[in-house]
Amino acid sequence: MSLPFADTQLVEATWVMIVKSLVIFGVIFAILPLMTVLERKLIGRFQHRYGPNRVGPFGILQPLADVGKLLSKQAFRPANAVQTLFVLGPLLPVLSGVLALAIIPWGNVQGGVGLYGIDVPIGILYFFAVGSIAFYGVLLGGWSAGSKYSLLGAMRGAAQLISYEVAMGLALLGVIIMGGSLSLVDIVEAQGAIWFIVPQFVGFLIFMLAGFAETNRTPFDMPEADAELVQGFMTEYGGMRFGSFLLVEYMEILVVSGIAAAMFLGGWMGPGPGFLDPIWMLAKIMGLILVFIWVRATLPRLRYDQLMSLGWKILLPLATLNVLVTAILVVVT
Amino acid sequence: MTEFPYLKDGDVVEVQRGPEPGGAGGVYRAFGETLRGLKTTMARLIEGPLTIQYPEEKTPVYPRFRGRHKLHRFEDTGLEKCVGCSLCAAACPADCIRVVAAENIPGDRVSAGERYAAVYEINLSRCIFCGYCEIACPFDAITMGHDYEMADYNRDDLIFTKEMLLAESIERTPLRSEGE
Repeated sequence: MSLPFADTQLVEATWVMIVKSLVIFGVIFAILPLMTVLERKLIGRFQHRYGPNRVGPFGILQPLADVGKLLSKQAFRPANAVQTLFVLGPLLPVLSGVLALAIIPWGNVQGGVGLYGIDVPIGILYFFAVGSIAFYGVLLGGWSAGSKYSLLGAMRGAAQLISYEVAMGLALLGVIIMGGSLSLVDIVEAQGAIWFIVPQFVGFLIFMLAGFAETNRTPFDMPEADAELVQGFMTEYGGMRFGSFLLVEYMEILVVSGIAAAMFLGGWMGPGPGFLDPIWMLAKIMGLILVFIWVRATLPRLRYDQLMSLGWKILLPLATLNVLVTAILVVVT
Repeated sequence: MTEFPYLKDGDVVEVQRGPEPGGAGGVYRAFGETLRGLKTTMARLIEGPLTIQYPEEKTPVYPRFRGRHKLHRFEDTGLEKCVGCSLCAAACPADCIRVVAAENIPGDRVSAGERYAAVYEINLSRCIFCGYCEIACPFDAITMGHDYEMADYNRDDLIFTKEMLLAESIERTPLRSEGE
């Protein structure tokens, strides 16, 4: 009997799980600072500049200098901030980002070890659940800071959240119908013949658009809006609390890219022996990250009524239509 | 034509408007324009950076660039060209040149003329690099060089003496080549 659930019967020793999570954690947290420097260098190249190239060879050590600077700063708190929530603000997104890393599949079971954090049967729902926690950080952080700009940023964050979240879910529904499972591992396995980006191209576009909104990046970086809102919800944050918001932004890019790579780009599928699987996954994630940076270098920020109108009037009907057509085609064939 | 009372009758006002936003056409157009924008930025990436890495690379200056002053000697005799006439000091709008002349002693000549500049100082913190001193000089004893890196920590260090102005300056500034 094949229920649309993942095979969660794989039992691993506790120490394997611990080692696995440490490796994922270590690798990702080694990549994140490199992503910041990659982004700054690429944005520079997009603008006829070099980007940071002073610290270390090719500016590789720039994030080290940045973190050093942020850590040595005073952890400032505005007088009329709500203390507990203000401290909680940057922590929640970090938590949600790390939690979301767990379900990104880097490969199937090899030698009795699943090359993923966990393979939850609810798979993609888990991503939505923890992904939405990140926005509590934005909302609480923005509200508790007791500043006008922060509140405006948080408000925009809330408005943004409701406009893209539905379309994002519906965009993935097409893939879930075709894959016949919610588990990311199963979905990747279902792409052996053809990557889902081909039959689900509309879904991919909608997911990426919603992904830009999810990660608060241009063209949908209204909650931050450095020009009008002086970083929006982060205005009152300084030092490493500010840094962790920044870190989370990159972590979310990585997570969204990871989900997109697994759902649409065939995950770890690629030529070569099995041990190359995580490399393939990483390469696809990096490719998507480059798209994120490219788009950031290109597009200006939308007004937030424009984002709402895009989300509700275009993405939602399009995603619904996509699901409908996919469902009909799957049933017919 | 009552709409535009400031226009004479018969003038035709043509206003070009962009297409109305919205609808499927609007989405398609926005998508196309987005792709065009992505192409534009990618082309910039391929062109490569135009930055001049300043302390290591320098923008070459034009031959007539007015940088730090130089005092000159005659190449054959080694005598100073400056005769201490103070015309440069008179021409200087910023009043930054100070010349004190002295008589040449036969047998131990400093300059080619009767007198020479015993003191010749330019206060570069006041100089506006107009080049009038160069024009005023009847003997081409002072010219504007190409050096523009004169920042210092101390104002007193910006008063350049005759010895400093006479010294062969280390050419730190590249000159623009023909046609560059």
